[in-house]
Amino acid sequence: MKIKLFYFARLKESLKYSTEDLELADSNEPWTILKLKAFLAKRGDVWGQMLMGKLKVRAAINHELVHDNAAIADGDEVAFFPPVTGG
Amino acid sequence: MTVRVQTEDFDAGWEINKLRKARKDIGAVVSFIGLVRDINEGDAVSQLTLEHYPGMTEKSLQAIISQAQTRWNIIDVLIIHRVGTLQPCDQIVLVAVSGCHRAEAFSACEFVMDFLKTEAPFWKKEVTPHGEHWVEARESDDDAKQRWNTNKN
Repeated sequence: MKIKLFYFARLKESLKYSTEDLELADSNEPWTILKLKAFLAKRGDVWGQMLMGKLKVRAAINHELVHDNAAIADGDEVAFFPPVTGG
Repeated sequence: MTVRVQTEDFDAGWEINKLRKARKDIGAVVSFIGLVRDINEGDAVSQLTLEHYPGMTEKSLQAIISQAQTRWNIIDVLIIHRVGTLQPCDQIVLVAVSGCHRAEAFSACEFVMDFLKTEAPFWKKEVTPHGEHWVEARESDDDAKQRWNTNKN
């Protein structure tokens, strides 16, 4: 399935990515936010540090904040970012 | 409800007048303005940059207003949040709530700010004498949001 990914703030800067289109292989276990983070973390040091390290990472699917066990579907827009600091 | 995310400054007086003149049964308008300070965590701050997630930001703010409208008997809510590069003393955010009476408008305004600070996808980056850094989220902001789970008002 195909998804669109966005990164914001510290993640965007450290990963040097703001957005990408990603093809995820079909598997028996559904793709979740946690599974996607673990998959991306294998890309290298900074990916592991940013997505699976000590830093808190929040995720959104189609503009809604979600937890790590949320399932990802074909065509979804997924975003990773640090805890928000507006206002 | 009105939600605006913009780089330009806003005129709070003009916005509040527009809100209060919209109907004749409004008895109270409560507003909050958040400002850029020239100090944070002991460091001098010379500039602030605000990033956001276009699309999600607006939806998130609208959802927060809807929750406030479900919870309290209020008439209207306006949120303006700035993004881009700001200087100390600049206005960052305006939340204005109109209602028939003050108590519900006060509570709703505080609720909207507490949820905005913990759910709306904005991120601040500060320029200090030590360089640039992303502002860390505060636990006290999560605590401020949590209290709405237990207290009706």
